[in-house]
Amino acid sequence: MDLLLMQLFNSLSVSSILLLAALGLAITFGLMGVINMAHGELIMIGAYTTYVVQNIWKSVFPESLFDGYFIASIFISFLVTAGIGVLLERGIIRHLYGRALDSLLVTWGISLVLQQLVRSIFGPTNVSVACPSFLDKNIEVIGMFSMSYKRLFILALVIICCILIGLLMYRTRQGRNIRAAMQNRPMAASLGVNTARCDALTFAIGSGFAGVAGCAIALLGPIGPTIGQSYIVDTFMAVVVGGVGRIVGCITGSAIIGMGGPIFEFFTTASLGKVLIFIVVIIILQFCPKGIFSISNRVLDE
Amino acid sequence: MANPILQIKNASITFGDFKAVKNVSTTVYDNEIRFLIGPNGAGKTTLLDAICGKNKLSSGNIVYYNDGQEYNLPKIKENKIVNIGVGRKFQAPSVFSGITIYENMELAAVTNRGLMASIGNKLPAEIRERIDEQLQFIGLYELRNEYPTVLSHGQKQWLEIGMLCVSKPRLMLLDEPVAGMGRRETQRTAELLKIIQKECAVIVVEHDMQFVREVASWVTVLHDGEILCEGTMDEVQNNQQVIDVYLGRGGE
Amino acid sequence: MLNETKAGKFRIQGNTILVTIIFIFLTAAPFFMSSFRMNMFGKYMCFALIAIGIDMIWGYAGILSLGHGVYFGLGAYCMAMHLKLEASGGALPDFMAWSAMEKLPGFWKPFESTAFTLLAVVLVPVTVAAIIGSLTFLNRIRGVYFSILSQALAYALATFMIGRQEYFGGSNGLTNFSTIFGCPIQSTQTKIILFYCTLAALILAYVGCRFLVKRRIGRVLIAVRDAENRARFTGYSPAVYKVFVYCLSAALAGIAGALYVPQVGIISPTDINISPSIEMVIWVAVGGKGTLVGPVLGALVVNFLKSLISEQFPAFWQFFMGGVFILVVLFLPGGLVSIKEIPAKIKARKLKKEE
Repeated sequence: MDLLLMQLFNSLSVSSILLLAALGLAITFGLMGVINMAHGELIMIGAYTTYVVQNIWKSVFPESLFDGYFIASIFISFLVTAGIGVLLERGIIRHLYGRALDSLLVTWGISLVLQQLVRSIFGPTNVSVACPSFLDKNIEVIGMFSMSYKRLFILALVIICCILIGLLMYRTRQGRNIRAAMQNRPMAASLGVNTARCDALTFAIGSGFAGVAGCAIALLGPIGPTIGQSYIVDTFMAVVVGGVGRIVGCITGSAIIGMGGPIFEFFTTASLGKVLIFIVVIIILQFCPKGIFSISNRVLDE
Repeated sequence: MANPILQIKNASITFGDFKAVKNVSTTVYDNEIRFLIGPNGAGKTTLLDAICGKNKLSSGNIVYYNDGQEYNLPKIKENKIVNIGVGRKFQAPSVFSGITIYENMELAAVTNRGLMASIGNKLPAEIRERIDEQLQFIGLYELRNEYPTVLSHGQKQWLEIGMLCVSKPRLMLLDEPVAGMGRRETQRTAELLKIIQKECAVIVVEHDMQFVREVASWVTVLHDGEILCEGTMDEVQNNQQVIDVYLGRGGE
Repeated sequence: MLNETKAGKFRIQGNTILVTIIFIFLTAAPFFMSSFRMNMFGKYMCFALIAIGIDMIWGYAGILSLGHGVYFGLGAYCMAMHLKLEASGGALPDFMAWSAMEKLPGFWKPFESTAFTLLAVVLVPVTVAAIIGSLTFLNRIRGVYFSILSQALAYALATFMIGRQEYFGGSNGLTNFSTIFGCPIQSTQTKIILFYCTLAALILAYVGCRFLVKRRIGRVLIAVRDAENRARFTGYSPAVYKVFVYCLSAALAGIAGALYVPQVGIISPTDINISPSIEMVIWVAVGGKGTLVGPVLGALVVNFLKSLISEQFPAFWQFFMGGVFILVVLFLPGGLVSIKEIPAKIKARKLKKEE
């Protein structure tokens, strides 16, 4: 029983990381009709940024301040990946608006290049970061079940990020512009919304949160050049199941994929768990082919 | 009048909480040109969508009669509905841009649209003649080996109507067929409809009142999802309610 | 207009010439290539076979599958298990013994028979494709939704096979074969026979698919690709056509897998996972989707370059692959076969500017 609770708690933190990555992916798909396969590599870059910040921090600041590196790296990861996101969007992806399948292939090419780039710089072996001491504790709940501070921290971090995204999308002028462009791009443009700026901004935000997700992943274990790939499939599934363009869809999708997999794995085996979750996704899509929360319209063929 | 071909019985359609069509009943007869008119949002297109299977009815039934058989349309898949003789043209012209105009017509004209028949490939002389004739009538014969991307908006409308005619439906559903056409083209569409009428029934959604006046045999006015009145164009035109909600505003 | 039709005809002839050159080159290959190189090209032809299948679903029907490694893998594993059983000569295959299995699992039992294996190589992938295809296409799951699902399928299968070492050899896969249908697998003669078998399969697939796309079914597939709902309201059932063509491409991938195993000598989950699956799509994109010669050319060229580059500079390969992909999709959407149209396009653009 306590083992199951443990598993549930751990998968909850994995779900929350998925959610962070899925949000960025869903918003960019909803807004620009672009599928970003390089999203996983942005996660990976976020994780590596954490590693780099740690190393620089160590050589600059005294030992007693070491723990501060992680807080700093959250912000730096966000900025670095957001910057890369803007470069990608302005350089390549903006030529692919509305061509979802093409964008999928091009961004996969980008992800190959980014992977190899990181591999050339940091080497093919995994690196890891030291967990800051204030997170290196556990709360014992019952029996074997204990909650580690770092996983609780990740949960809190994701909740804060979600609230930030929610505020940005529903409480600011920029967010209103983004939602307008998402629903009807030409209309929004003719009403004076600078859609190009919207796109770049949205892409930057989505990429930035992928970086934060990478930061969180760095806490959980060693990181390598292909770590993004292991998350991207689950992230995509979360978006597909949840439906595009709604935050609540992302949350549902991430919960299903992030929690469902480990639960199946707990009752069967790791290898069967993946197959079972795939079957569950197929079954869900039987009833809602465009995800659980989807927006329908009257266009015959898009 | 002749035999009924389509009977809509107490049809209602809801989207979430919104009732788009409320308890509509009407009968369309063979060789009739029925017009559905009414202000925007009256439920005209929604009703056509329900007939051809694109929308689901929330209650009521739609019965279609062909060759002495009775079909409950809401229970039949969209492509089957087409194959029992109900053809549909959508509001925005939509044709296949990756194949030539002739091939567009061919796909519409063949009678057996199953997988095996498509591998068979044989196109009977009778069908080829019918396609050529139709192409000449809609004025696209010279362009038959081009791709539809070269066509203007009006020409695409024509192609789509042509595809519909060549498939020889018993009941044709047209959504704003003359939108984007000039006066002369509209005139020609009216002529075409009169020819078609001899062999099948047509239901048309249209805002162009002059066009309605020219060809309509019977008009149904919809408002807020309900039937406001039905009759010949003259009767409808003089109905005070219709003038208030629709025609009085210039017929949009 | 006249000019246009002439250009169209010329294009088709150009492609016919190209494909003839490719097939003549491949037929002659064993006479001037080292056994090693010939073996390489045998492998590339298996890939070309997959590429034709992917082009049928992607180029013609607009279905982008990112998980075709699954069907390749199913065909390959069927064949590999047969070879494995042949190699162990009645005993339990080595990897099963290592995982403390006591006897051959029932579902592998029939693979001792050659005839059954040859059937299974086609039927297993087709059955899986039919199930996946009907579950998705009948419910109108399409576009990127389908692509992502197909990708997840490859991931799920690969993970499953890695986890089930006792059944599938785990991440090492199946290897150490000795004979195929009684002939020693390493001998040059067997290799030449296998090479020509693959070539024959490739030519048959090309001719067969060309036959199909020239028929009305080809037009229906394009119609479904360009406007699926319009096709539905013209009386066609898009799902039926899609399932058919999806199964066809699964069959081609399965056959390719079965021919791949004896020539390469190993199949493992790494060969069927997401990355190789997307690589398959790259071959088609580079060669030119929507033409049947494109994928053949793409598979041969990309893989030849891959071998050359990764022999010389291993690290560079991924940059090259990623770069090629970005450039091709952005600037050469018609692939290599459309190169000859580029001067005309530039001219047209210039004319437009002058206006």
